[in-house]
Amino acid sequence: MSDPRLEIIGRRLEKVKKIIAVSSGKGGVGKSVVASSLALALREKGYKVGLLDLDFTSPATHVILGIEGLYPEEEYGIVPPLAHGLRYMSITYYSLDKPAPLRGADVSDAIIELLAITRWGELDHLVIDMPPGIGDATLDTIRLIPGINFLIVTTPSRVAYETVRKQLALLKALRVPVIGVIENMVMSPTAYIEEQTAKDGERYLGMIEYDPKWEGALGDTERLTSTKFYRAVEELAQSVE
Amino acid sequence: MHEWALAEGVITTANRIAKEKSIEQIIQIAVRIGELQQIEPDIFRFALEQLKTPSMKDAEFIFETIPGKLRCRVCGEEWKFSPDTLSEDVSEAIHFVPEMAHVYLKCPSCGSPDFEVTEGRGVWLASIKGVVGDE
Repeated sequence: MSDPRLEIIGRRLEKVKKIIAVSSGKGGVGKSVVASSLALALREKGYKVGLLDLDFTSPATHVILGIEGLYPEEEYGIVPPLAHGLRYMSITYYSLDKPAPLRGADVSDAIIELLAITRWGELDHLVIDMPPGIGDATLDTIRLIPGINFLIVTTPSRVAYETVRKQLALLKALRVPVIGVIENMVMSPTAYIEEQTAKDGERYLGMIEYDPKWEGALGDTERLTSTKFYRAVEELAQSVE
Repeated sequence: MHEWALAEGVITTANRIAKEKSIEQIIQIAVRIGELQQIEPDIFRFALEQLKTPSMKDAEFIFETIPGKLRCRVCGEEWKFSPDTLSEDVSEAIHFVPEMAHVYLKCPSCGSPDFEVTEGRGVWLASIKGVVGDE
């Protein structure tokens, strides 16, 4: 028996020029905030941008961007609605605010389903907020999405970077392009992450200082885009254009 | 409709397999429809007919519906999926992404959402029949 969904994923994404998976070996490093801000920053530069939240068990981009009351339109599949100028897709349209306790195989099936039925149309950039680690979701996006690029987020901590190092090794072994590494939540700048990134043969894109005002801007894109955090992401967005 | 997206997948897959097997004319396409997906058979059949390519112009579509069966990973209880008992919103969520069953359904015996869909998930291209071209 053949799974007909696998055959059409490439077609759903054929008009998307660049796909950027914002990822990390570790959770809690700020992937979702970087992904959300990056999508907004690219949109502000005049690009057509989509944002796909693939962190099914802990989706957060809708909270960060204050997205509620939207629902995809059905038209030969589903068309993601526009939110703050972004084509936005999230499992929360269907799971609402309820927990989605999915095992690995279920995560894979849900990813395949969403990729097969979502009609993105023409986009310059599709930013994907990935779940942490190198498990099912990471392996599935690499397997299913041709031409995917990874943008890696870490904190200054060795604990975070050691997981990132493993992720970079996996991506290298699978010949998946890595745009570079972003150092987030920096409180006392050091050269450690930049040195380690160079040692691993990857590009260090820069650091984002910890911004205590950021939490208060959650859910309000006007306030979010006036934070120091957002301006730092805006600068880093040049690396992915 | 969502049925159109799945129909497009079936047609594309059938054509790919036909090419691999040197089938010039497809005469039958058999599709298994899992109950969890809650496909509207009439819309699905209409979509398949509309999306037919010349190599399958006379093909018939055969549907087999597979009832949804679930098994609790905690207590081992097995039960049948009952779409009639679901609200419209829940039904639609499971229709689009069948894994949403884990959000809205619970084991009837112990109440756990940690269950397995043992049968009846998704749409599958079961087989195609056709006429092989001359080498």
